[in-house]
Amino acid sequence: MSLIQLPSLRSALRATFVRELRIAGRNLAELANPWIFFIAVTLFVPLGLSAESKVLSVFGGGLVWILALLSVLLSLERIFQRDYDNGSLEQSILSGQPMYWLVSVKVFAHWCLTGLPLALLSPLLATMFAVPLKGWLALFLSLLFGGLAMSYVGALGAAMTVALRRGGLLISLIIIPFYLPLLIFGSEAVRSAQIGNPYVPHVMVLIAMAIFSVLFAPLAIGGALTVSMRE
Amino acid sequence: MPLFSALSARWNSGDIVQILGANGSGKTTFLRLLAGLLRPHSGTVLFDGFAPESYECRSAMLYLGHQTGVELSLSPRENLEWYFALNGDKSGESMSAASVDFGALFDRVGLRGYEDVPCYQLSAGQQRRVALARLFRSNAPLWILDEPFTSIDKRGVGALVERIEEHAKSGGLVLLTSHQAWRDGCKSLDLEAYRGGVRR
Repeated sequence: MSLIQLPSLRSALRATFVRELRIAGRNLAELANPWIFFIAVTLFVPLGLSAESKVLSVFGGGLVWILALLSVLLSLERIFQRDYDNGSLEQSILSGQPMYWLVSVKVFAHWCLTGLPLALLSPLLATMFAVPLKGWLALFLSLLFGGLAMSYVGALGAAMTVALRRGGLLISLIIIPFYLPLLIFGSEAVRSAQIGNPYVPHVMVLIAMAIFSVLFAPLAIGGALTVSMRE
Repeated sequence: MPLFSALSARWNSGDIVQILGANGSGKTTFLRLLAGLLRPHSGTVLFDGFAPESYECRSAMLYLGHQTGVELSLSPRENLEWYFALNGDKSGESMSAASVDFGALFDRVGLRGYEDVPCYQLSAGQQRRVALARLFRSNAPLWILDEPFTSIDKRGVGALVERIEEHAKSGGLVLLTSHQAWRDGCKSLDLEAYRGGVRR
């Protein structure tokens, strides 16, 4: 029997990406949940603690990073849950297309809807928390690459718990240790930049973490999803 | 206790095989084993000499499970576009989703006029039809269908039976579970006979 040709990987990946964005667009409430959390805390902190820019600027950068981590954590569960519940996940696995790439694109779409907007919004957040101008670029870059690592590592937690139904709590427990280095380097980058120290090394470490997780996490995610099918 | 054991069977292209058994006898589990979603504790499943997890098998398979893989917030067209962009028709010739004639396809499964309605607004039967539409465009050599007739009306069942027989005639192997009696010319495997590890 001759080998059957599937549609090209490119068309499969494009369709997967478009599908992710469409689903997100049709379920705006789900999508907006972490954003609203993020915006709410950004509003509360200056009101509840102090609107004094001297006070805010001390912990502003770190706080933005904590918020980014928490809001990504909130959004992780939805990466695979829908697809697992409605059977699209098993269809993806059985399609014969490489899971590594299908998963990569899915998580990339997740980043486009969480990490990327957060990074793009960072100047606004920096203003809210009175982060001095010197720290803005560091905040943007650290959120941009840190967010990529957050999505890919977080998706691994989501994949491992997808068969457990309400696995949200477990995801957090699994993922938080992996998020700590991101938080340390991310907030340190902003802090260094604020006081005029070099921040590029910190950002470099974040870029390295992002590259590592983008390359290797999909392998583990694909494996975890295949195993979760056996539940 | 094993669900079933000492089970051995062999089917050829052109066969329609009905997997029989009471509720809970393991029909779905059996099909998931064959599809490679589950692994047997012992024994092997081979398709044309290849394991179910292999590319050779997956690229030749159409699987329809209880959860059909229809995303409810998308329209039937969007669902099928995605499916065919990943799967094509699995016939051996490469095809792209753009070459699917959706108009004719929706006519055949009775979804004309609902192409762009979000699936959550459709009835249960219509949602099943979105998934079943794949059968009318797929030429995958191996079809594994878990209860394909669920919530489908009489005429729909007729069209589906016809399509399944047509597919078998053109050389496809169809494995399905159904509580519905099939016309003659269909093989069957009764899981009850292998139940609980003891051959009765």
